Amino acid sequence: MADQTFPIPGAVDATRPRAGLLEWLHSWVVTVDHKKLGILYIVYAIFFLLVAGAEAMAIRIQLAIPHNHFVSPEVYNELFTMHGTTMVFLVGMPILFGFANYLVPLMIGARDMAFPRLNAFSFWLTAFGGLMLYFSFIGGFGSYGVGNAPDVGWFAYAPLTARAFSPGHSTDYWALSLIVSGFGTLGTAINIIATALSMRCKGMTLMRMPLFVWLLLVVSGMTLVTITPLTAAQVMLLIDRYLGGHFFDAQAGGSPIVWLHFFWIFGHPEVYVLVLPAFAIANEIIPVFSRKAIFGYPAMVAASVGIGFVSMTVWAHHMFTVGMTAVGNAFFVLSTMLVGIPTGIKIFNWLATLWGGKIRFATPMLFCIGFLFQFLIAGLTGIMLSVAPWNWQLHNSYFVIAHFHYVLVGAIVFCIFAAIYYWYPKATGRMLSETLGKWHFWVFLIGFHITFDTMHFVGLLGMPRSIFTYEPDRGWNTLNFIISCGGFVQAVGVLIFAWNLVYSYRRGKAAGNDPWDAWTLEWSTSSPPPDYNFAVDPVVRSRRPLWDIKHPQDPDWKYER
Amino acid sequence: MSMQQRRPLASIRFWLTLIFPSCPGASSALAQGPQSTPSTLAPVTTPAHEIFGLSLFVLLITGTIFVVVGGLLAYALIKFRARNDEDAQHEPAQVYGSLQVELAWTVIPVLIVVVLFLTTARIIFAIQDAPRPKSALEVTVVGHQFWWEFRYPTLGIVTANELHIPVSSGRQPTSTYLKLLSADVDHSFWVPQLGGKTDLIPNHPNEMWLDPRTPGLYLGQCAQFCGVEHAKMLLRVYVDTPQQFDAWVKNQQKPGAQDAAVAAGRRIFETEACMNCHTVTGTAAKGTFGPDLTHLMSRATIASGAADNTPANLRAWIRDPNQFKPGALMPAMQLSDQQIDQLVAYLTTLH
Repeated sequence: MADQTFPIPGAVDATRPRAGLLEWLHSWVVTVDHKKLGILYIVYAIFFLLVAGAEAMAIRIQLAIPHNHFVSPEVYNELFTMHGTTMVFLVGMPILFGFANYLVPLMIGARDMAFPRLNAFSFWLTAFGGLMLYFSFIGGFGSYGVGNAPDVGWFAYAPLTARAFSPGHSTDYWALSLIVSGFGTLGTAINIIATALSMRCKGMTLMRMPLFVWLLLVVSGMTLVTITPLTAAQVMLLIDRYLGGHFFDAQAGGSPIVWLHFFWIFGHPEVYVLVLPAFAIANEIIPVFSRKAIFGYPAMVAASVGIGFVSMTVWAHHMFTVGMTAVGNAFFVLSTMLVGIPTGIKIFNWLATLWGGKIRFATPMLFCIGFLFQFLIAGLTGIMLSVAPWNWQLHNSYFVIAHFHYVLVGAIVFCIFAAIYYWYPKATGRMLSETLGKWHFWVFLIGFHITFDTMHFVGLLGMPRSIFTYEPDRGWNTLNFIISCGGFVQAVGVLIFAWNLVYSYRRGKAAGNDPWDAWTLEWSTSSPPPDYNFAVDPVVRSRRPLWDIKHPQDPDWKYER
Repeated sequence: MSMQQRRPLASIRFWLTLIFPSCPGASSALAQGPQSTPSTLAPVTTPAHEIFGLSLFVLLITGTIFVVVGGLLAYALIKFRARNDEDAQHEPAQVYGSLQVELAWTVIPVLIVVVLFLTTARIIFAIQDAPRPKSALEVTVVGHQFWWEFRYPTLGIVTANELHIPVSSGRQPTSTYLKLLSADVDHSFWVPQLGGKTDLIPNHPNEMWLDPRTPGLYLGQCAQFCGVEHAKMLLRVYVDTPQQFDAWVKNQQKPGAQDAAVAAGRRIFETEACMNCHTVTGTAAKGTFGPDLTHLMSRATIASGAADNTPANLRAWIRDPNQFKPGALMPAMQLSDQQIDQLVAYLTTLH
């Protein structure tokens, strides 16, 4: 309508006015564009990251001194349940699927995901699942009729979830909202698999696919296998609670152990579902900032697939204290330790990628280096926990809390920050401030180590998890105070990050198509990319198509096998 | 474990203390014998010693890996950093991988896993499948929301929250076998100095054993989230010398004290709701939902360690259990001041 510039008497002005707020919102609600959905996922996850972070702060205030009365026991139990559930299901999974949504089609030279409508449907399922979980704060009644959000721990061990011990509806909100968001997760996983397998551009064989896409493919396959038993267990739980079932009801011959198996055959692979996308991010960023191709691409693919398979066989290492036989314990010790082999291969390959490179310490790389260092430690404390007899001491202590926060924060959150610094220019067309980024990195790093390094020691000194307070004579006072202080340092780091996101959106340097001099296809299109991603379908001949263009005399396809 | 095996542990304790000077009470946490910090680093039973020894071995291996890999990482970051803008202009040599190198660094973790697994398996079987001595004392532990019930079937004793077991000496090795049950939800028995934890799961009896070598009071608490007062499900284990233990057993085997001076209080106990949940042997009170009170005053704490066992605390507890443990399952008893005085006077005779 732009050429209708001459006035026609009586004609209605058909020029679209500048989109109003409502129209703008509407465009986000009805979108099926993978980039917009990716951003929705990420914004949704960052919102819940702040919510669950605030819950963590409340937890740390309560534990800063012994016999504190900052929150009541009932509220404390809700806080740690909601903190865990939120971080895993409403932050970890959505943010990683957000990156997958945004990046997978761009990286494989496609114009969208395989099923754009399913994509939108999955996002809104996940979103409503999360909203339903938080609606429990006003809609349900918890144990003992005091609280009203779920308060049975994110692991929700039976039979504490039975109606006898958890009256009211808080546990129902927990189960139902995870079933709903679980279906959303399954939809996205199917979509990623279909996209990676069938939407690749010309010339992109599976063995030329960026490692990011490979790892998301593995993760999506694992998601299909692991979300299913969780959903089944939650359906059984609801049957127990409302239809007179006795799956987990020990009083009527049911078995609480069955819940443990169902939960952990979901719960342990879930850790890898969260950490493999972090590896995926590191696999993209470390080579670019080392200025070298990833070392041992086929080995990295094999190790990722290997981790995917082995991780399905280790779930009962969460159950060393439930009274399995010695042979059973020994089996899960071995299977758990085996995960260390492919993981070790990955760490060595990252080191070899750094080796002989010309490393640039931009903010995305700093976060990836933090990831490498912390993941090394997390892996080693994981080996310690896999040693069943030592696990009898460490299980359910703060040592375990320290270990899995080293994985979830030290590895995954660090990689997520790296990813945001790395791809924010692509999504917005603006660079994040490097100065603020470095402040963010160092403040967050220092806070992280104050908190989580110290937690290992308080665990070794016998402090169990899930306790709303502790006795003053146990020798845990100073350590807990230090842990709480570190928590606030991390919070300052996150606030710097949030400010950076807002500030740079308006004032950041223009990014251009390819600010990092990178090699994968998403950097060949404009920032932000047009709706159709690529004006011309790309054709690739190697794993680093942009390297080939930039170095026509020395292209990758001559050397890759 | 013999003295020979214990000596390297002592020197490692010394080093741990040096490494973690920031850790308050590190030296006391590593000391021998009972202490107020329930440290996993101060074992006093055979299983706890075996676990501690194994943990040091694993720490040595993982520590070595950390130093080597962390060192390589630091070296690479310093050595291969881009030195200036001009240097950064030229891309470094591209290396795509090497099958030989990949194989080499796959073999090393495989070997480490084999060693770690065999060592671990040996200790698992040593602890879990240790032959059970005929002389072992048997105690049944029942987890409740939010307290511990201890039954000694061979001695005819029922008590709560404070476990008494005999010390095990070289001349008289005595182990105690705990049969672990639950009356409601999952709990976990954990006294770090005495060994690892084992869960108490309804419909799934478990077992663990202890042979503490040093007498004294050992602290622990429930280690599996069990509901609103999980944090106040504290655990006290008294390791008694043979004389102390015999004296304790003799006292516990007596029926509840019958003192005419406090008959009014006893009448309240037997006619109000108290008797529905509590037992005092020799009276009509045979309830089993709450702790056995026959020898209440032989215990140092009430409410599973949440408060000292003093008449003032007993009075406050009966008036409103929520002030010590919000969410405790005992209701406030709605008695008059006079009734509470009489009741507490009765309870304080139950030695």
